[in-house]
Amino acid sequence: MGIDFQLAEDMKSQGVHVTSFESLVNWGRASSLWPLQFGLACCAIEMIAATMARYDMARFGAEVFRPSPRQADLMIVAGTVTKKMAPQVVRLYNQMAEPKYVIAMGACAISGGPFKDGYNVLKGIDRFIPVDVVIPGCPPRPEALLDGLLTLRAKIAREKLLGKHRARHANPDGTAAFPVPEFGAHDLEPTANREIWNPPAIVRDAEGGEA
Amino acid sequence: MTAEHLTPEDRQSPDSLSPPDRESPDSLASPDRESPDSLAAAVLARLRTAFPRAGVSLRTNPGPAVQHSLLVSPADLCDVCRFLRDTPDLAFDFLSNVSGVDWPDPSKADAVAAPADEQGTPAAAAGFLEVIYHLYSTRRRIGPLVLRVRTADRLSGVQIPSVVAVFRSAEFQEREIFDLYGVEFTGHPDLRRILMWDEFQDHPMRKDYVAPDDYEYEPTPHAAVLEKAQRHYVQP
Repeated sequence: MGIDFQLAEDMKSQGVHVTSFESLVNWGRASSLWPLQFGLACCAIEMIAATMARYDMARFGAEVFRPSPRQADLMIVAGTVTKKMAPQVVRLYNQMAEPKYVIAMGACAISGGPFKDGYNVLKGIDRFIPVDVVIPGCPPRPEALLDGLLTLRAKIAREKLLGKHRARHANPDGTAAFPVPEFGAHDLEPTANREIWNPPAIVRDAEGGEA
Repeated sequence: MTAEHLTPEDRQSPDSLSPPDRESPDSLASPDRESPDSLAAAVLARLRTAFPRAGVSLRTNPGPAVQHSLLVSPADLCDVCRFLRDTPDLAFDFLSNVSGVDWPDPSKADAVAAPADEQGTPAAAAGFLEVIYHLYSTRRRIGPLVLRVRTADRLSGVQIPSVVAVFRSAEFQEREIFDLYGVEFTGHPDLRRILMWDEFQDHPMRKDYVAPDDYEYEPTPHAAVLEKAQRHYVQP
């Protein structure tokens, strides 16, 4: 930050607020996240409940669900992503303007969940687009979604706009669009974007247990 | 079904068409396993008089369901359906369900049938696909009447005439069976895949379908998943 905390507090008592440009920008971004309005399965019902009066996501500045990806900066992947739907989800992400963030809500969006053994379910949306926050649950309660939203706000507040560790959207060399998978004869092609998805290799012994 | 639900016109119909009363102790004591005095048998008698040359036979089910079915030859399916729908005292006006079955081993297809039926039909060589129709009559309050139709084999002879012209509700269900089992319904107005994408080439509900190996296998007590995991991971 570069500002002595005690000095800043003293000045605040005199009516003078001191902050950095980075903090101000991140505060603005974190406080008015506009989610993209789309749901895929039962998690979307919980997402809808989180926006209603009882849980009131508007308290955190995220009530303006946008029907167009051009106006949204948060994608809540709420529900099972089938392989037939996956290219459309990636395409919607590509159409969103930077800075953009992704919350994978529920077991299905994270890993395929209870449908992980199925032939038609994508085993996690992180195979094709970068995910910022994952919310486990089946489905997660609205409180869990609010907690995920606060986690994302904390992450945005820590973002660097300059320097080596700056955020992807602040890097002119960073990519904003990721390849959309094609429908293949037996599966999506490719089955995952290996540039952003590299699971740790697990070595099994002959019995199938972890070596 | 009770007598109060029937109109006077219905009461004049033969009793053999009414389903067995499952709640009465008499029918429980003597289930119609050996001599199927059932809806399917009654309809079969009507079909034999209406279509003497039609390939329709009774498949009894000795299991607890006691739900007998009619095996219909594909060539006669549309005529049989139209007869069942349009005959006033049958009036099977509601096609509740169309489902598919894959029988790679044809000897198992008739495993629950009575021995008399097994002798009559020689087993097909290469297995077959089966489509099952559940018909109800909303006007007569009888059903389900189960119709079974079998393809010639599982490879090229997978054609079955579509019943969309008779029952419009079959349209999407036949598309689903076409998608997941690969049964080609001839005469269907819009035979496309309905769940999987158009470029997909497999039929996932067939017994010999191999799902893509596309996930990281976690420790699990399920034997089938453990087997997959052993194939997936390179042995050290």
